[in-house]
Amino acid sequence: MTTTVPAQEVQVTEPLPDSGVPGKRPRRRPRAAEAEDRHILSAADWRRPRVRITTNVLHVILLILLVLVGLFPLLWLFKSGITPTQDTLTNPLALFPNGVAWDNVAKAWNDVHIGDFFFNTIAMAAGEWAVQLIVATTAGFALSVLRPKYGRYLAGLVLATLFVPAVVLLVPLYLTILHPPLIGHSLINTFWAVWLPAGASAFNVLLVMRFFDSLPREIFEAARTDGAGTFRLFWSIVLPMSKPILGVVSVFAINAAWADFLWPNLVLADIHIQPLSVRLPQIQSSTDLGVYLAALSIATLIPVVIFLIFQRTFLRGGGLGGAVKG
Amino acid sequence: MTTSTDVRATPAPERQKRRHNPITWVQRGGLTTLLFLLPLLIIFGVFSWSPIVQAVIMSFQKTNLVTPPIFVGWDNFVAVFNDPLFWTAVRNTAYFAFLAILIGYPVPLVVAVLMSEVRRFKGLFSVLAYLPVVILPVVSVLLWKIFYDAGPTGVFNTILGWFHIPPQPWIQDAATAMPSLVLQATWAGAGGTIIIYLAAMTSVAPELYDAAEVDGASLWAKIWHVTLPQLRGILFITFILQIIATAQVFLQPYLFTGGGPANSTTTILLLIYQYAFTNSLGGAYGEATALSLMLAVFLAVLSIVYFRLTARWSDQ
Repeated sequence: MTTTVPAQEVQVTEPLPDSGVPGKRPRRRPRAAEAEDRHILSAADWRRPRVRITTNVLHVILLILLVLVGLFPLLWLFKSGITPTQDTLTNPLALFPNGVAWDNVAKAWNDVHIGDFFFNTIAMAAGEWAVQLIVATTAGFALSVLRPKYGRYLAGLVLATLFVPAVVLLVPLYLTILHPPLIGHSLINTFWAVWLPAGASAFNVLLVMRFFDSLPREIFEAARTDGAGTFRLFWSIVLPMSKPILGVVSVFAINAAWADFLWPNLVLADIHIQPLSVRLPQIQSSTDLGVYLAALSIATLIPVVIFLIFQRTFLRGGGLGGAVKG
Repeated sequence: MTTSTDVRATPAPERQKRRHNPITWVQRGGLTTLLFLLPLLIIFGVFSWSPIVQAVIMSFQKTNLVTPPIFVGWDNFVAVFNDPLFWTAVRNTAYFAFLAILIGYPVPLVVAVLMSEVRRFKGLFSVLAYLPVVILPVVSVLLWKIFYDAGPTGVFNTILGWFHIPPQPWIQDAATAMPSLVLQATWAGAGGTIIIYLAAMTSVAPELYDAAEVDGASLWAKIWHVTLPQLRGILFITFILQIIATAQVFLQPYLFTGGGPANSTTTILLLIYQYAFTNSLGGAYGEATALSLMLAVFLAVLSIVYFRLTARWSDQ
């Protein structure tokens, strides 16, 4: 009981420095604060009409370009997903010259079974996430908290794999999945073929180790004194204190699983188990263009909506945890 | 701690001195530690360390999965060097990397410098720039494949038509295929780099700009003498990371062109994949691992040389 108190204290103090006011985001800061986080142009620069006009014109141009380049392709995809195939083929940039074909979406869902592949993607990502989290936390705990004598060498071996490009593993890993040790039958066409190799992420282990190294060791001593065993120390003290780093590892894991193509394309040949990224290229030639674009739209809309909801988290993570000010 | 003295009496005398006997080891939690390391040892052992060792062994073997592998010395490496496709792949990959740096390196930097001065709706700029990064990379390639339709009613060709530019063959011609691939790759990747630069720019101390202004620095002088030098570290890193990533490009050539037309987009990774897994060349595991090892060694040497060179400039 008493051992959990320091853990909670750390948790409470953790989110304070970076999030500021919880709940409401300070959209417009007061003038003084704005002057403080100035960038290249100074307040004096901004008062000069020539600089102000030039900068504003450049920003409008930039905004137009960003809309054209960043948003327009997606809008075109969503538009074409509900446009009859013939219209997209003859006049791709016209806006619904012959009405809207909502049945493209229905066909993409019912005939192409895009929902099933979405589910497979989620199953693949969830499994990879779980395996990565288990390996990274247990290894980080053993190497950074328990610190056995041989730990340095083991950490070195993990670090070394960071410098080996994934392509070196391609063929031997494929043969390992084909003939795994001890199990006796091939893992091809099972989710294990993508779940298990994902766990061998040196980056995750080192990230978690660095975080565990920074935890105050007095807390571990205190917990030990209060009679907590090693498992209790792991489960009730270290893990609850590690929510920030577990969040980072989770985002990386899910992102990587979501985007992965080469490996699942190789080991998941069975249609019923394929994720979106593997299935979508295969259906291109056999699917009506309108339905195909509807399928691509569905596969795009969901992550875009998630991104728009959690944009601050995404952009913060994208900036390597840097302070991206919204 | 007290238990170690009790146990010391029981085991063999040689082990007593070093206190390395199994029972004290277990009592001090050695077994529990090992239990926690088990996931790491199994997963890394089977899916990382052993495949890396196997890759080195296989590159010196002839393997066909039916008969036992035969040791063939450097034959696989010689075979790769004698394959005319290898030199094509090296040229294509270098060309891809060159174009990706030429287009993909300055664009995010310029956009980020402009965006750092945005005062209103900055979030909107970031979201727009980051949107292409969010969508599935495969979907992004498939979407651009439709944009690149070579017919006069293709999306890009229709737009070119508005400006009276004749339709382009895009990915269907050996001359334009590779630049088309790079264009899509830049579109898909620039947002992430922009966000990284923006984050780095917020950490430039405002006093540096103040000081530069006191010295009468112009706008360009501030960018050239304050912003860019302050971003030096991150610029060096994104440069080598981009080279390493482009040297391993696979998704674009595989999905856009499959290496064509006339092998103009066959990259090193595509060749490794073809050696190992496609029907015409398939099963050449030795050549595939030999080529992947050569790529790994090349990238390692390149990174070391690069960091040696840049360390001198970034330490000042």
